[in-house]
This record gives sequence, structure tokens and C-alpha cells, in this order.
Amino acid sequence: MISKLNLKVVEIEDLSPLVKRFRFEDPDKAALPVFSGGAHVSVEMPDGEMLRHNSYSLISDPYDATGYEIAVRREDQGRGGSKFMHEKVAVGDILKLSMPANLFQLDLRAKKHVLIGGGIGITPFLSQMRQLEMHGQAYELHYATHSREEAAGLALLPEAAHIHVHISEDGSRMDLGAMLADQPLGCHVYTCGPEGLIAAVAEQAAMLGWPATSVHSEAFTAPPPGAPFEVTIASTGQVVPVAANQSLLEALEAASVVVDYSCRGGGCGRCETTVTSCDGDIEHNDFWLSKEERAEKKKIMPCMSRFKGLALVLDL
Amino acid sequence: MSNTQFTPSITSRPVYPGLTSLGNVPAIMIADASGQEALKELAAADSSVMDQAHVLLVTTSPALADKLQDLRPASIETVSDLDAAVPSFERLLSTAKMGTQLYLAGSEGLIGFFSARALGSGLPQEAIQSEHRGPISRRMQCVHCKGVTEDVTTDPFTCSHCGLTLFVRDHFSRRLGVFQGVCVDAEVPGEVPETEEIQP
Amino acid sequence: MTMQFNEETFRGDYTYFNSPAAIRRFPFPFDQDAYMYSVNIEQHPGGPEGSPFEFAFDVDEHYVAEMQDRAITLAGDPMRCQSLPHMELAGWDLLEAIMVAKARDYPDLFSLTIDGDTWHWINRPMGIDDTFTFLDPATLPYPPLEYITRQAQGDFALLHERDGNLWLDAGMVTSQADWSLDFDVGMNFFEWHAPVPKAGKMGVFDKALKFLLAMNQGQSYRRLNWTMTVNPRLDTSPENYHKWGPEKRTVTPENVGQKQFVRVELQTFWRLPRSNALAFPIRCYLANLEDICTYPKWGRRLHRVLRDIDPDLADYKGFAVNQEIIVNYLAQFDDGAPTSPGIFPVDQEG
Repeated sequence: MISKLNLKVVEIEDLSPLVKRFRFEDPDKAALPVFSGGAHVSVEMPDGEMLRHNSYSLISDPYDATGYEIAVRREDQGRGGSKFMHEKVAVGDILKLSMPANLFQLDLRAKKHVLIGGGIGITPFLSQMRQLEMHGQAYELHYATHSREEAAGLALLPEAAHIHVHISEDGSRMDLGAMLADQPLGCHVYTCGPEGLIAAVAEQAAMLGWPATSVHSEAFTAPPPGAPFEVTIASTGQVVPVAANQSLLEALEAASVVVDYSCRGGGCGRCETTVTSCDGDIEHNDFWLSKEERAEKKKIMPCMSRFKGLALVLDL
Repeated sequence: MSNTQFTPSITSRPVYPGLTSLGNVPAIMIADASGQEALKELAAADSSVMDQAHVLLVTTSPALADKLQDLRPASIETVSDLDAAVPSFERLLSTAKMGTQLYLAGSEGLIGFFSARALGSGLPQEAIQSEHRGPISRRMQCVHCKGVTEDVTTDPFTCSHCGLTLFVRDHFSRRLGVFQGVCVDAEVPGEVPETEEIQP
Repeated sequence: MTMQFNEETFRGDYTYFNSPAAIRRFPFPFDQDAYMYSVNIEQHPGGPEGSPFEFAFDVDEHYVAEMQDRAITLAGDPMRCQSLPHMELAGWDLLEAIMVAKARDYPDLFSLTIDGDTWHWINRPMGIDDTFTFLDPATLPYPPLEYITRQAQGDFALLHERDGNLWLDAGMVTSQADWSLDFDVGMNFFEWHAPVPKAGKMGVFDKALKFLLAMNQGQSYRRLNWTMTVNPRLDTSPENYHKWGPEKRTVTPENVGQKQFVRVELQTFWRLPRSNALAFPIRCYLANLEDICTYPKWGRRLHRVLRDIDPDLADYKGFAVNQEIIVNYLAQFDDGAPTSPGIFPVDQEG
């Protein structure tokens, strides 16, 4: 089984004041596994004592095995993963990446695809667009951003009639109603970006009678920081401390407690862990558990979620 | 008469939850003589559902269409059988936009037949509503010769194409809009169980 | 050593046979003396040298004859291979996976040379030497899925992921345990498995689906499934049931050892790169009771499993009608001695 790729950073480019593009290649120029549009990789960041993982959409040509590219937006309020990428990573460094995985794939049955990216949420569409071009499928792309200066996506998007850029500072806002009305049967819409944008597209689509199965979204975020807390491992009684800028999953890994995982972004369900007892509140930050499951406090997704309270015991 | 209640069965057997108005949205409605009652009830519950509805009525009795005319659909057309409805249906689908609802009411054969064609044109499954009305007859495909026998009411039955005696399975293909019929006396030719009426 | 391929048939005169080496490596499906559904998944490839688990896509002495039998079946019924339009890309992914693995694992039988988009494929056992452009279907004699699965043993299902489910949207199915691809193509995971008794209620499919959806590129797994077939027939399709069905009633106490076959499916699961679809190859192995009982452990265990099996399962697996004859025959190989755990016929030498 291949689970990790050791890749060399070969290019770093500023796309905007806040966004850098990184290109990775195999140190011996070996071919990398190709992937599907919308796929992401998780990048391991050894930062002193701390080993962090963040997931990023691949923005390069999915069928190009010579390298992988990602775009990282610096989040100064985050746990430090994106800061690490911006400040500590240099050309020539070797980083560990996961194999590509996809929680946001195109439905290739679609008669047409409408892609809507807000801000850094443009990233998964860059590989999807290439895949759609390759297979001659009909699509239109909408990229919404606050200002021209912040628009990292501009450097990566071709100029074409079906690529629409909406810069709110310039007064060109997206009109979702107009975008979704009059789309042909079999059209699918995909949104990535802030939660507000995803909700707005879903609402507009529902209002126009689109079934939910034709409406796709990815709200990919890194695990949020929070107050430190502790968890207890039921099988051993071991107490694992979780630091403010560390995810529960990272803390468990640091303590050599084995948990299966994949996306590290709360979307795939792989790290779902049973809660033995919970005296307090789980901050569910994932996109996996249902409302009912959250209320029961019987499950937690350690890649994203945190705890506030007296005691949390995990069935591990 | 109301929506038929079927005995719960395997996952591949379709269920027909009944029609519920989604209001004044673009719609295609298809019904047979039994199913048109369901359209009347739908319109009685919410008359706006008819404002953008194109109705295809599969019947040999044109008088039924006159009654439906009172519901004021956007258009109404009468066709004599399933196949005769196909050109009009495909014309409606080809200009339809996302958000269009398909309302089907009548026999299992009718529902299966038009669902399959709609799915093939890209209409999402979730945009299809259905209500079963009328006789419990099935559209059966012979797994051996692939011929379709319409309006099957007994189990086993004789394939109208290859003549094999087939038993009626609940296994259903949405893509083809048919139930599966399998030779009942394959292992011991001639050993055929007693014929029974199909039950709901 | 170059592999020898049997001259044999899977229909008509049924000259199919297993060499002693083939019996030794038969993937016996029972790891204990009783059977109930389980998900029983492990990593693949990986297993003892020479076992059918060693390589990604096992090639054995039946390869050429199986491919000839598939060609006969397809000539009579082209619908055994189907691909809904959006699955062509998954077909290319599968073609790549099989070609790369076979050329790597069996270099004396297969070779693949890739120069940009130009691929040169040589299949020596089948006498094929083709050059084509990857992702351009016009350069192959068949669509990619059909092309490669006419050269790979076992059935193949390609599953499209959407709406949190897996959809059987393409496949090559000529050696199935009585299910119809032509009928089932387009169904989701639950619809496609709907006719299987009990398992649905036990939640087996919910768990299996959850597992499969979480599978990433670079991971691949296998499980064994089994059924019983009279005569070494690959094409036990519903389409031809009226043709092979009568053979099920020809089993007697005298011929059961030769005529009754255990049919094992080595099912593997792969996440494909470009399409993000799942490939689900279902490789079929056949061994008759005589072959199996050459290993005492297998004889004892098979007797106990088939004697004690749930009647609904005996029915579903299609041998209820012959169960008594089979169990009576197997009884002579069961002295009541305990059996060792695991599926291998003799305990691995320490």
C-alpha cells in the first residue's frame, strides 16, 4: 500500500499578498500518481515538537504526473499550519504528502457543470476545469473575490467566455438567481468557499427546484485552534493533552494512539471515534456527523473537533 | 380510490409515495385513465401546480382530457399508448430547465417507462414523483430474450416474445423501467407451479 | 519458468481441470468450520508466494481458456459488457491498472512500453501486440473496458461514486454467479444487492459501503465469496439459466465428486485515479469436491460448513437441491478431527 509520498518543493510563487503557490516533485523525478479533478492532499508539517497536517486542493493538471501544485492562503488566526508553509518552507525542502483523495469529484454524467468558487475556494476548480476541458464537457466557472489585489485565482485562470470573475470591490457581484435559472436538465452546480456562499447557492438552487443531489459543495477548512483540553483513552487510562494550536487527531498521534484518518478536514468520516463518556460539550467542527449524532455526544471526529468540559473518554 | 399500498419488498423494488405539489414550477405530468384522478387531487390541493404544467394523458378515451382541461394546465395532449407519448415527452424534456418536476400517475408500467426515459435525459431521480393508481399489472422483461411483456397480472406468465414460462421477481431496473422475469422451470422443464394473480 | 496454459473448455464437454499445483493454490474460502456472512476484508495484494493473493491480478493455468470462453459468451450476447457513457474514463483507469500490474508481475508474459501518450502492449499468451494512444478510444479495437477485460480473468464491475453511494455503471460480466449485468447496470449498491437474503438485515451492506467509500487511491483490498456450481461452467448467467439449469439436476452420489464444484470469488477493490471510480474485479476459481478433498483439512471443513449452513443460504447459493448428496459424499472425509485455523491447506512450515 502506498500511503505517503516524500516530495521536494521545487517552486514557491506569490500569487497575492496572502497566497503562495507551491510545486512538489519526486526528488528522483519519478512519476506521481495522477488524480481526479477536485482531489486534495494532506501535507505533514513538522514544526518543532509539533506535527501538523493540513489538507489542500491540488490545483495542477490532474493527468500530469510530473508534479503536484497547491495554493496556500496564510491564515494568521489559524493553528499555524499555513504560517508554517509561508514562513518555514523553502525550495529544496522535502515534505510528506498523502496520496490524492477526492471528496469533491465531478459528476461526469452531468450535461453541464456550473463551478462557483469564493476566494481561496477557487482551488479545487482549477484541477476540475482541466479535467472538464480534457473531456470536452460543458461548464462555466464563476470566481468571486473581494478585491483585485487579493484575487490569487486571477493568475491561474485563463481568459475565456465561460470563465466569469466577480470582484465585489468593483461592484461586480454574483447574481446566483440569474446563474442558476435556465440551466439545462442534467446540470450540476459545485460550490467551494465560505460557508455563507455555500449556503446561498444551496438555497437558491432549492428555490428553483433543483434536487439536492445536483448541488455539491466542499467547505474545506483546516482544524480550528481553541482552548487546550485533555482526553482519556478508555483502554489504557492514558491522558492525552491537546494544545491550543493542535488538533485532537494530531495530539493522539503525538501520544502514539492509533486512529485511522484520511482527509483531516472533517469530510470523509474515516477518523470517526466512539465516545465512551462525555462530561462537557464537544465542539463539532466536522461536516460528517448528523445533527442527531452531534446531539448524542457518542461520536467525535478528532481531525476537526474539540472539547470543553470536565472529562472526555474515547473508546480507543 | 387512492395511491396503492404495496407490501414492503426488496430495496430494488420501487415505491410510489404519491404526488405532492411543489407549487408553481415548470412541470411535466403524465397519467393514464386511472392516474388522472391523482392529478385532479393534486390540483385540488394546490391549483398553482398546474400553471406551468404540460400534461400528457395516455388514454384511448378523449373525453377524459376535457375534464382535465378544467384544471387549466399550460398544455394538454392525449396519446393512445406509452410509445405514442415518447415524441411529445422527449420534446418537452429537450427544452426543460433544471428545476422541472415530473409527476407520474397510473400503472407501474407507465411510471417505470417514463422514469427510465427521463433519467436517460438527465432529469435527476429526485425530480420525479409518482403515484400508483389502477390495476396491479407489471411491465416484465424476460432475462433470457430481453423482450418486454406489458400488463402482466399473473405469476408465472408466458413471455410474449420467446414463449418461456417466467416467474415474476421484485427486482426492478430503473434504467430499463421493468421488473425481471426468470424461467420458472429451467431446472426441470415442464415443472411449473400453479399460476397465481400478482398481489400488491 | 514459463507458465503452461491448459487446453480446456467451460461448456459442452467440460474438459476443465486443475493441475495438482492449481489445487494447492486454490483459494479455499472457509477459515473456520462454519459459515456466515462477514465483510472479511484484508489488504491486497499480499500473500504466500505462488498463492492467488501474491499479485494484483492473478494469472494462472486457466488464463487462455477462460479468455476463449469469454469471447464465445460475448459473441452470443454483447450486452455482457456495458459501460454507461460517463464510465469510459474509469475504463481507461482500469486498463492502466491491469497493464501496469501484469507487465510488472509477469514480465515473461506481458510487456508495456509507455512513450508519452503512445502505449505499446504485448500479451504473449494471447498473441496480442497493439500500439494505441492512451485516452483515445479510436485507437483501440474495443472500448477500453472491453479491450482490457477480454484479456483479464474474472468479471469486472466499475462503480461510480455519487450521493454517498456507489453505482454499478459499467462492467464485464461473463462468469457471474447468477446475476445479470444488463439488468443491474445503473443500480446503486443496495439495489444491486437487493436479492441477497439476510445480509441486508444484518447491516453487512451498510458497513461494506461505508468501508468502500472511505477507500483512497493507493489502497486496495480483497475478500473471498463463494457459491456452488454443477459442472465447471463460467457462464452461469440468468440469461442462459434455461440452458444450464437442467445440469443442476444431473448430480448423483456416483458423480458428485467430479461434477460438483466449489466456486470461489476473489473480490478485490481499487480506487481508480482519474475517474475516482472504484474497480471491483471478481475473479472466479473452480475446484470440484474430489480436488478439494485431496487436502484432509479442506475435506473435513467443507463437510461441516455445508452440513450446518443456514437453509436460506443453501437455497440462495443454489445447491439446496443437491445438499444431501454433497454432504453424504463429504462425510467420508470427515473423521471428526479438529481443523487448524486459516484457509491454507497445510499449515505453513515454520
